[in-house]
Amino acid sequence: MNGRKILAIALVLVLMAAVLAGCSGNKGQQQQNQQGQQPSGEEKLKVGLVFDVGGRGDLSFNDSAYAGLERAAKDFADKIEVEYREPSAGGQDREQLLRLLAENGFDLIFGVGFLFTEHIQKVSQEFPDVKFALIDGAIDGLDENSNVACLLFKEHEGSFLVGAAAAMKSKTGKIGFVGGMKSPLIERFEVGYMAGAKYVNPNIEIYSDYIGTTGDAFKDPVKGKELALNQFKKGADVVYHASGASGVGVIEAAAAEKKFAIGVDSDQSLSATEEQRPYILTSMLKRVDVAVYETIKSMVEGNFKGGYKVFGLAEDGVGYAENDYNKELIADIKPKLEEIKEKIIKGEIKVPVDKTEYNEFLKSNFK
Amino acid sequence: MFFGELLASSLRMAVPILLTALGAVFTERSGVVNIGLEGMMIVGSFWGALGAYYYGPYFGLLLAMAAGMFMALIHAINTVTFRVDQVVSGVAINILAYGSTRFLSLAIFNMATTSPHVSGLPKINIPVLSGIEFLKPLVTDVSPVIILALVLVPISSFVINRTVFGLRLRSVGENPLAADTLGINVFKMKYAGVLLSGILSGLSGAYLALEHTGMYVEGMTQGQGFIALAAMIFGNWEPKGVLWASLLFGFSEALSFRVVEGGVVPYQFVKMIPYVLTLLVLTGVVKKSTGPAASGVPYERGLK
Repeated sequence: MNGRKILAIALVLVLMAAVLAGCSGNKGQQQQNQQGQQPSGEEKLKVGLVFDVGGRGDLSFNDSAYAGLERAAKDFADKIEVEYREPSAGGQDREQLLRLLAENGFDLIFGVGFLFTEHIQKVSQEFPDVKFALIDGAIDGLDENSNVACLLFKEHEGSFLVGAAAAMKSKTGKIGFVGGMKSPLIERFEVGYMAGAKYVNPNIEIYSDYIGTTGDAFKDPVKGKELALNQFKKGADVVYHASGASGVGVIEAAAAEKKFAIGVDSDQSLSATEEQRPYILTSMLKRVDVAVYETIKSMVEGNFKGGYKVFGLAEDGVGYAENDYNKELIADIKPKLEEIKEKIIKGEIKVPVDKTEYNEFLKSNFK
Repeated sequence: MFFGELLASSLRMAVPILLTALGAVFTERSGVVNIGLEGMMIVGSFWGALGAYYYGPYFGLLLAMAAGMFMALIHAINTVTFRVDQVVSGVAINILAYGSTRFLSLAIFNMATTSPHVSGLPKINIPVLSGIEFLKPLVTDVSPVIILALVLVPISSFVINRTVFGLRLRSVGENPLAADTLGINVFKMKYAGVLLSGILSGLSGAYLALEHTGMYVEGMTQGQGFIALAAMIFGNWEPKGVLWASLLFGFSEALSFRVVEGGVVPYQFVKMIPYVLTLLVLTGVVKKSTGPAASGVPYERGLK
């Protein structure tokens, strides 16, 4: 009897070991440059990138970072070699992966996502000769000579544009917003969107909901759909989401109700189905790929600067998506959107970043 | 109209909990605790999407049920044949489900956390009733799985309470030794209970991926397998009780979606509604609930 018990426990352990090996095992795929194998006299720059949980194939954030890395690898084929790593399912090994790359002589290392903030802060101090780039996160007290560059985005500016687009396209005078995790980052999307909508139509009514208060809120399409359905039923005819993979549900709800959804981060018309595409008005683009590419470029050109780099409309770091599917749909509002874009870049419109600034924005624009 | 919408939304949120909780009733009535229901829902959502992507929604549902049953088979072998601690095995099932779906998702779809879009079963409009304005949201564009889930409630109730199979299942969960002396194959009954829970949980996962969202997303089950366990206790291990418990959970979720506006109530309080409501009902309304006497105890012949 005892023998069987041991056998059973062994069986469970083997199963679990197999699972763990499956998720955290050798994910460190290498991507060496095939072109330009001949070393051009001098040594190549080594660029490493660690994805956030979700990894490559998430159709938005991580994939965008990967696109930038890929483009840089192609453009500077004879100057750099790139490699990337995916953390385990829970992301516990983020710091180890960063350290591993640093120890292996990488010159520039990216951490994709604000969850890397603490780890990069720590590892960057241990390796003062290695340059680090942190996407979406800010470490205090950096300057030009630091070995860390924080790549930040003005999500509120891009959201302002799609908010204006939503208000111009709305026939009912009601629009909606579905956020993922209630946090200052996502609230930036929300207030930008609301300000943009109010800018073109002061009387517009805006419904705003969040899915939850934890990271799980970014992968709950079931609730995303229910919240969007609720807003549509109340009369909204355009709903913008900033909720990661939960947004799948928002787009699904728009297609079911034959109303409009607005995507986020990447151009979501491209990843949607044929039936959903007519119902995606546009997407708020957050060009993580541009940020990654530009940082690698500055490294190649030898003028990498530490500190904070902010990508807004002026730097083409954020924007709205135009593609073959929505071209005609937004043709009538495009001139106005471009005009607003110009005004934001020139500083004539100051886009609010939080609720306080939003209230001031309303006061100063409409008395 | 508002009320109809609220009910329709409640029903959509309740169905995954209901299906899984019905499964939980079968397994617990046979005396096996199944913490792995969440994992079985996860494999259901993944394999459902996989099957639907290649061969259509019907195949997806079947594949999801098969996948859920396979996970349940592992649980049954562990707990019934090898008498592993039932909670430990259930936890292992959940980890296995999480790891295997991510691994397969990467291998098959080349994406770690999502599948491509898939389409579900054709939606149904219930004739006659859809003419009534009040009921309209409830009876138009209904997923066939919702109807199936509702139909399964009286069927399960009948099977458990009125058939020979049900009597044997219950006897095994209450007093396996007595059942064994009467010639009932205890192990077979326990296997049946666990496998049924796997099939129903798999179907529940497939409902989320195919019928509700149209896509598999890692973690989309959001702990509903555990809520289903609560619904089972809440429903006093009876299919009809489980129906009301699931509807209450679904209703409170749906309600919380609708109270956000205005900003009078702080946001965090709104998100508390489902839990507060559950607590209130648990403490105030539900009478004492008692589970099967031998639930959670592995049965071994010759031991008292």
